[in-house]
Amino acid sequence: MKTYTYTEKKDTRSGFGAGLAELGRTNPNVVALCADLIGSLKMDAFKNENPERFFQVGIAEANMMGIAAGLTIGGKIPFTGTFANFSTGRVYDQIRQSIAYSGKNVKICASHAGLTLGEDGATHQILEDIGLMKMLPGMVVINPCDYNQTKAATIAIAKHNGPVYLRFGRPSVPIFTAENQTFEIGKAVQLTEGTDVTIAATGHLVWEALEASKELNAKGISAEVLNFHTIKPLDEKALLESVAKTGCIVSAEEHNYLGGLGESIARVLGQHAPAPQEFVATNDTFGESGTPAQLMKKYGLDASSIVEKALKAIARK
Amino acid sequence: MSISQLNDLTTQVRRDILRMVHKVNSGHPGGSLGCAEFLVALYTEIMNRKQGFDMNGHGEDLFFLSNGHISPVIYSVLARSGYFPIEELNTFRLLDSRLQGHPTTHEGLPGIRIASGSLGQGLSVAIGAAHAKKLNNDSNLIYSLHGDGELQEGQNWEAIMYASAKNIDNIIATVDLNGKQIDGATDDVLKMGSLKAKFEAFDWTVIEIKQGNDIASILEGMSAAKAATGKGKPVCVLLETMMGNGVDFMMHTHAWHGKAPNDEQLATALEQNPETLGDY
Repeated sequence: MKTYTYTEKKDTRSGFGAGLAELGRTNPNVVALCADLIGSLKMDAFKNENPERFFQVGIAEANMMGIAAGLTIGGKIPFTGTFANFSTGRVYDQIRQSIAYSGKNVKICASHAGLTLGEDGATHQILEDIGLMKMLPGMVVINPCDYNQTKAATIAIAKHNGPVYLRFGRPSVPIFTAENQTFEIGKAVQLTEGTDVTIAATGHLVWEALEASKELNAKGISAEVLNFHTIKPLDEKALLESVAKTGCIVSAEEHNYLGGLGESIARVLGQHAPAPQEFVATNDTFGESGTPAQLMKKYGLDASSIVEKALKAIARK
Repeated sequence: MSISQLNDLTTQVRRDILRMVHKVNSGHPGGSLGCAEFLVALYTEIMNRKQGFDMNGHGEDLFFLSNGHISPVIYSVLARSGYFPIEELNTFRLLDSRLQGHPTTHEGLPGIRIASGSLGQGLSVAIGAAHAKKLNNDSNLIYSLHGDGELQEGQNWEAIMYASAKNIDNIIATVDLNGKQIDGATDDVLKMGSLKAKFEAFDWTVIEIKQGNDIASILEGMSAAKAATGKGKPVCVLLETMMGNGVDFMMHTHAWHGKAPNDEQLATALEQNPETLGDY
């Protein structure tokens, strides 16, 4: 079994900051907007290097989304930055009408997604954002897994013409994907090959899936880990090919099981190739205060939960 | 065009509005009629427009309609300004039409750059477009139109605060001050006080057009508004209009905000607005 190691941990939001800074140096049409969270979003480098292309909007997310839509009229490629909660639920109608329905080339970049925002608690921990955004016609939804992949995804979405939701987070997580990788929107990445169970993970749960696959391997179970960094459009081909081989699946995400990656997978399997599926996700609940590690454990979003659900899925075959 | 030609065009636009909403028995004639003179003047005399339409609109003034429910008037003015065939007004609100109930880019209608209808979003978009103009070293202006009732939406005030803080001085945002909204007089629904004082408190330059249904007054006011751009402050025009203007029974009431005339009412309304440039 292919194994993954890491020498360094970093937050995915810093990958976004690095990708945005690189875009600032290479693409004069890229502009950035922030609603009073420049430090949290790691947008300092872009701002300092391109002050004329950076817009501090203040604590006014609705206005920020509208300004971003307007900037596209004139050929700019706006990247908005704030927490995931304020990037989606707070401004859903602005995104729906001024960006998605209007077909505007806006990149909605959202940090501090999910439980791993930690101590600030449920007011700031959105677990519904993937569902909100994937429901919008034409919206691409991406949730990369580590620093390198988030940087690559940030650079890649500037080349995609249309609205994108890019979701990333606050905690430091292992860097295990290649530096300067090519990021292909809508293409799942197979991390390990296996025959007994597919583990389809996104975002912070991808590393946990790799840890789980090691534990499963020790039990004599062969797990195939797929990194679904793009939730919409979903790589249906990769999903169906893997499940045809393994016969069951665990989906893993830092999101409500309603509306998330797992639900998208269930739809594809139900339509084309029904198979047992187990969900590693939050169970229709809000979060709470705590450290990221405590929260991921309490809400069952870690390697041991994935192992448990994998055994359950296999037993249902 | 002469004032008399502009008035003739306005009368024809009124007929278009009335016939469009009557045909599908839906739509918003009141605010559309109230803004007919303004939009005719804007597209004919005030804006610097290129031939044809492209989304980015480099090298020309751009207009954003925030109160999208007055789609009949913008559709008529766009068609009669050459953006699409006048006959297409026949398809207003019908299945498979580019003339959706509220304006949208989704069907690719030339002249429309943003969807509007859900209120309060247009000023932010206009400010973004104004930023883009400056980044592109394009000295042309951004125009926008908003309902007075629409200013009850909070996003407007985010945008109003932002525009002056960022010295957006290439925008002229016009508020259609007709004092009416769906449920009645704006002051009865939610008292708005002095919009002039509010915009001035937010550090905008305010130009008042007291006769917002008089072409000469509009031209004079908008000329003053243009002269006020480029001086570090955003410009607001308070345009006092009569909802339902030009049709006696639609004036002095909010009843025709979102209601179409029946056959008899249409005939009366059209009698008051005889054909000038030819119906579609």
